[in-house]
Amino acid sequence: MMGLISSLINGISLGSVYAIIALGYTMVYGIAKMLNFAHGDVIMVGAYICFCGISYLSLPPVLAIALAIVACTALGIVIEGLAYKPLRSAPSLAVLITAIGVSYFLQNSALLIWKSDPKVFPTIFNMQPLQFFDGRLTISGVTLVTVLCCIVVMVCLTLFISRSKIGKAMRAVSEDKVAAQLMGINVNRTISVTFAIGSGLAAVAGVLLCSAYPVLTPTTGSMPGIKAFTAAVFGGIGSVPGAMLGGILLGVIELLAKSYISTQFSDAIVFAVLIVVLLIRPTGILGKKISEKV
Amino acid sequence: MMLTVENIDVFYGAIHAIKGISFEVNEGEIVALIGANGAGKSTTLKTISGIMHPRNGKITFLDEDITRTDGYKLPAKGLAQVPEGRRIFLQMTVMENLEMGAYVQKGKVPDEDFENVFSHFPRLKERRSQIAGTLSGGEQQMLAMGRALMSHPKLLMLDEPSMGLAPILVEEIFNIIQEFHASGTTILLVEQNAEMALQIADRAYVLESGKIALSGTGQELAESDEIKKAYLGG
Repeated sequence: MMGLISSLINGISLGSVYAIIALGYTMVYGIAKMLNFAHGDVIMVGAYICFCGISYLSLPPVLAIALAIVACTALGIVIEGLAYKPLRSAPSLAVLITAIGVSYFLQNSALLIWKSDPKVFPTIFNMQPLQFFDGRLTISGVTLVTVLCCIVVMVCLTLFISRSKIGKAMRAVSEDKVAAQLMGINVNRTISVTFAIGSGLAAVAGVLLCSAYPVLTPTTGSMPGIKAFTAAVFGGIGSVPGAMLGGILLGVIELLAKSYISTQFSDAIVFAVLIVVLLIRPTGILGKKISEKV
Repeated sequence: MMLTVENIDVFYGAIHAIKGISFEVNEGEIVALIGANGAGKSTTLKTISGIMHPRNGKITFLDEDITRTDGYKLPAKGLAQVPEGRRIFLQMTVMENLEMGAYVQKGKVPDEDFENVFSHFPRLKERRSQIAGTLSGGEQQMLAMGRALMSHPKLLMLDEPSMGLAPILVEEIFNIIQEFHASGTTILLVEQNAEMALQIADRAYVLESGKIALSGTGQELAESDEIKKAYLGG
């Protein structure tokens, strides 16, 4: 019983990281109608920058995290401006291939800068683990911080998108670029802002991920990136609540599969569940059903 | 002069859609562009509002050359367009759609602006917190027009506002266009419903395969035999 609760909690924590990454995928997809496959590698860059901040510059962890967020936000804007913006009216296949190219570019740049030997990510959240039921259930500090971070990110992002002027403009652009432009919305700038937010969130995800699994290599971001993409599709790509739900479900399924079925097969099980969900609901759990009256 | 279009050529890829069109809209006028499907009416509006750009020619709005200006900068200058097919934001509420219409305004949108729209379209007030996608076709057209009004346009361009609407609603929409006009907005109207358009227009231009075939006052054109034969079913 405690084992199940413990798996669930760890699953929610891992799922929180997937959810934060999935938000980046889904927001960019929603607004630019493209799959930014380099998103996972931005996570890796964020983790490396935080690592360098703490290990080489001896920054306090908070500053190192802030540095990672700022750097990834800037990276997101630069990637969008240099690689994707010139392809705005190109076929989506060209954009997809470019995204894969950017992904390899980031991984290989990291390989050049930080070499292939794994770095051990420093402990940032060294809190006492919480003990319940006379020590039969332990929740680590990282787990708790990860879940809290995820909740804060989701609440802030939801408020931002539903209430703020830029958030509303983002929804308008994602629905109809031409109409948004006719309202006086600068579509290109709105797309840049979306990349910036998604990439800043990727840095947060990178720090959380490497705090839980503290081995850092240039390919650290690819598997979580693909899983978060899966989570975004699972929840309904383009939908912000869908990405949150999809991420958390994916984390829980992965951890339960690891604990009760097989560690080796856990990824296969995760993707099998995705296939089943998409067979039943091709638009994902919270995928948009556009009700249109004419 | 509010708007001057001089000799513009517009292409869709290799297709020469607009072939050297020139016309002007004076302050306080209602000007109509009429013509058959595919004559280039909508393309002309899209080119003025910066969705497309002409290959040659010049567009001047309030003494400013806007030929190559990015479209998103135009609403702040006083140019608004109600696009063909309404293109309201279907997943946003009626209020949010109106807020988007006021996007170029700095700070909080004044309540009077919403009230002004609601005074023309009382039905939108009843449905203010409804998701726009659930409105009827006529209500969606009203929302598209109300949304355009939120930016306080000097020139309002309407692209086929009567399309797909029941005759009684068409009547209502045209009455409201005249209300807008009476409150000081200059109107450029694109319509396939030539009869209705000519009734309210001060002047009109007839487009045929990307060129201006005829022009004159609304009344002149409504009485012209050519027009009667080609567009008014008589």
